[in-house]
Amino acid sequence: MSATNLKCRECGSEYDLEPIFVCERCFGPLEVAYDNSALAGDIAELRRRIQGGPQNLWRYSDFLPLPAGPPGPSGRNSSRVGLAAGCTPLIRADRLAERLGLSEVWVKNDAANPTHSFKDRVVSIAAARARDFGFEVLACASTGNLANSVAANAAALGMESYVFIPADLEEQKILATGVYGTNLVKVRGNYDDVNRLCLELSGERNWAFVNVNLRPYYAEGSKTLAYEIGEQLGWRTPDRIISPIASGSLFTKIGKGFADWLELGLLEGNLPTMNGAQAAGCSPVATAWSQGRDVCQPVKPNTIAKSLAIGNPADGPYALELAKNSGGSIDSVTDDEIRAGIRLLAETAGVFTETAGGVTIATLAKLAERGDICRDESVVAVITGDGLKTLDAVRGSFESFEIDPTFDEFTSKVEANLVSAQ
Amino acid sequence: MSVTVKLPTQLRASAGGEGAVTVEASTVREALEALYDAYPELRERLSDDDGSLRRFINVYVGGDDIRFGELLETPLTDGQELQILPAVAGG
Repeated sequence: MSATNLKCRECGSEYDLEPIFVCERCFGPLEVAYDNSALAGDIAELRRRIQGGPQNLWRYSDFLPLPAGPPGPSGRNSSRVGLAAGCTPLIRADRLAERLGLSEVWVKNDAANPTHSFKDRVVSIAAARARDFGFEVLACASTGNLANSVAANAAALGMESYVFIPADLEEQKILATGVYGTNLVKVRGNYDDVNRLCLELSGERNWAFVNVNLRPYYAEGSKTLAYEIGEQLGWRTPDRIISPIASGSLFTKIGKGFADWLELGLLEGNLPTMNGAQAAGCSPVATAWSQGRDVCQPVKPNTIAKSLAIGNPADGPYALELAKNSGGSIDSVTDDEIRAGIRLLAETAGVFTETAGGVTIATLAKLAERGDICRDESVVAVITGDGLKTLDAVRGSFESFEIDPTFDEFTSKVEANLVSAQ
Repeated sequence: MSVTVKLPTQLRASAGGEGAVTVEASTVREALEALYDAYPELRERLSDDDGSLRRFINVYVGGDDIRFGELLETPLTDGQELQILPAVAGG
């Protein structure tokens, strides 16, 4: 295992690999530090070892803060327990590209994970680590996708779980959490209220809150999105990434994944231009970007993109830094643009995404229209969740025909209408 | 007036192991100053050199982030709860 310790991102203080998440000295976030020196050298051999690994994120065990064990085969052993996240399709979306006047657009469809969102990546790492630390209860504060994943992964691993969500979450996400037999707690308040409660609870209960006391490990799971994209593109980086921003953790860790592999020599190319996407109804990071600030003023969310409705984003400052350093930007789109984004992706790529994916595609369309993207750039849009989780967003957005089962009804009520509409 | 300041686990060692401290104050600033008087070690832990709160500390009054109020000048009412928490969580 190449993870060596935890290190404060702000002041550099070092800590052992324990279930802690803030620096005792300055309250800065703790991150996992690695010693990759044993991996450097024979890049061809390292690529072969990755390619010979299991068809899930454990193929990247060498780069993850997993419980002690030799690299390589430990990945295979990990695949035999729990839900196997990762290795989701990277789809070439030529018709989407054509619609936007671009030439090379890819869709990283992370809805193809076990509980239909990228959250299975982060929970896989946190749950593995939680078991190693000896925790018996898995818990989280969630805007929905994480709730699904924590409940399912806890069930798969035989752990008890507590899932805290805002009470007004989409019904689909509530049902797809409760079914796993978790202790589901609906909190009267928004996500930031839920998060505040979970922070307090994490100090009072000996539970593994995946995105609180296990957060340094959890966050590392998002790096695997960058690894996969790089591997799927033939060991090269794309020119540009469009990714949604809620807390900013996913966005910054995708950047870190590319940076780490570029440094090791595993990928050809440069750090992609990183474009962050937020909903206008909850855009603290996009607002800070447009005002040229390096910290975010919290907001009270009001958007259909509930999975991104974090008004007080923990990694906001780091997302701003990454967008700046990579030559990117952070933009926001309205609820109507989000609905149009969902529709655009569905009808051009055959991928039905939830509202967060609508934010990503709408932002991609906005950047293309603004002329920010060169025509010959390779662009990857990160689709983080499944449209079946947010059905209200598409309700009433199309018409259908209801007929009796006769040929006449079909011609008179369907075909005649289609002809007259043309 | 009397308010309760709730401390996160990370700060309790600097406050004699206490998880909650009662102080007399009418604003957040006064409450924090009273807290620092009682437990001087907390001053360095919570505030920057210029006296403002560290970037990764969030303070809540009655459940609301003081950045929605008047920051350190946010008024307090008798019996209210002031909660100090690390900012880096969730998502």
